[in-house]
Amino acid sequence: MDETVAEFFKRTILKIPMTEMMTILKAWGFLSENQLQTVNFRQRKESLVQDLVLLCEKKRASLNDAAILDIVYTQFHRHQKVWDVFRMSREPGEDIDLFDMEQFKRSFKKILQRALKNVTISFRDAEENAVWIRIAWGSQYRKPNQYRPVYVVYYSQTPYAFTSSSQLRSNIPLLGQTFETHNSTTPLQERSLGLDINMDSRIIHENRIEKERVQRVTQETFGYYPQPRLEFAQYKLETKFKSDLNGGILAEREEPLRCLIKFSSPHLLEALKALAPAGIADAPLSPLLTCIPNKGMNYFKIRDK
Amino acid sequence: MSVLRPLDKLPGLNTATILLVGTEDALLQQLADAMLKEDCASELKVHLAKSLPLPSNVTRPRIDLIMFVVNLHSKYSLRNVEESLHHVDATFFLGRVGFLATGAGRESHCSVHRNTVVKLAHTYRSPLLFCDLEVEGFRATMAQRLISAELTSVPVFLYIVCGTPPQHG
Repeated sequence: MDETVAEFFKRTILKIPMTEMMTILKAWGFLSENQLQTVNFRQRKESLVQDLVLLCEKKRASLNDAAILDIVYTQFHRHQKVWDVFRMSREPGEDIDLFDMEQFKRSFKKILQRALKNVTISFRDAEENAVWIRIAWGSQYRKPNQYRPVYVVYYSQTPYAFTSSSQLRSNIPLLGQTFETHNSTTPLQERSLGLDINMDSRIIHENRIEKERVQRVTQETFGYYPQPRLEFAQYKLETKFKSDLNGGILAEREEPLRCLIKFSSPHLLEALKALAPAGIADAPLSPLLTCIPNKGMNYFKIRDK
Repeated sequence: MSVLRPLDKLPGLNTATILLVGTEDALLQQLADAMLKEDCASELKVHLAKSLPLPSNVTRPRIDLIMFVVNLHSKYSLRNVEESLHHVDATFFLGRVGFLATGAGRESHCSVHRNTVVKLAHTYRSPLLFCDLEVEGFRATMAQRLISAELTSVPVFLYIVCGTPPQHG
């Protein structure tokens, strides 16, 4: 491992308080559970850091891995930084662009690298469609300074980006430009939903046509892009009993039957979107489920007409 | 024709075709992948179908084994299998059909009782296996069993799969 990278690892790990060490290393995810268990976390911090750096060397950790660790540390200590907020404005009349995270990362990196000679750019996805971007600046003749990076947190479904304040104020306009250039060139990309049909020629899908129909219907209903995050939906039913058979105690009942159905999930709309492709439900899904984003409601009362 | 018959085609030499029938495509796909990863002396092809009857406008090789997959968490998957069984010729049930029940590990999620599938398998005189297909280790073991055909107590099965006629009468 390069000396400067090893030093960067050492100084980044040293920053981490002992009480948070395990949590942050696990969140980083570069060293596996088994590898972490081989390290003695009760020793003096300096020795612990040495052991960890050795482990990273053995696993051929790269500069980017160290940068990601730095991001994780900063995410845990975000309150220790001062953040500026930037709001992107759109010219009136522009279309609302549909957002593709991977495309954004690729073009962001490309644009910055074209503009600056020595720069390290790293990304880490976070909750709520947010991405943390770490940028270490250098200059024409100097390698990036890893100890004074700038962080940008961009919430893709909003026009807001947060940047940690930087000594290098001159670079902020460049970041602004990078966002603009990206946004104006986002093509609509098709995303395939669910499983790839042609994974192995020895597997034959007898119901390929139906599978394709289900995919198409699901895409028409839900669109290509991630669903808004929703955690539950509730349906209150107050309906009279209906049956094809005549008679029976329930059919004679005057009072409607009351029933409460609650759906909950870490990401309910994505779960509903996945139902038909997974074969758990027929497509199209009941409009009672698919109308949630359109109506902007997730509490429903269903009564007889 | 809408009914699957076991002997209406000649067996392929050194090839075996297994048909998995079940509503949950993701699970079937994963099981198929696990089976193809296993070393198989003959060439193995896996067909996946949501239900029977199969589309009739397609030429397909002779099917050597049908596994009906029921997810105990879903009454819908059980009903689907029950309806598909009507499209299988009776002679298939002499050693070429098996039932696979998944989801027994999470009792609280089960809406189909174990006994229901036990009775179903008994009615059709076919073996029943329980395997939580969502768990990779169990799935791999099941794939091995299906390939090595410990599945059935009818020794005829082994010979038929590889296209060699049985030695005894």
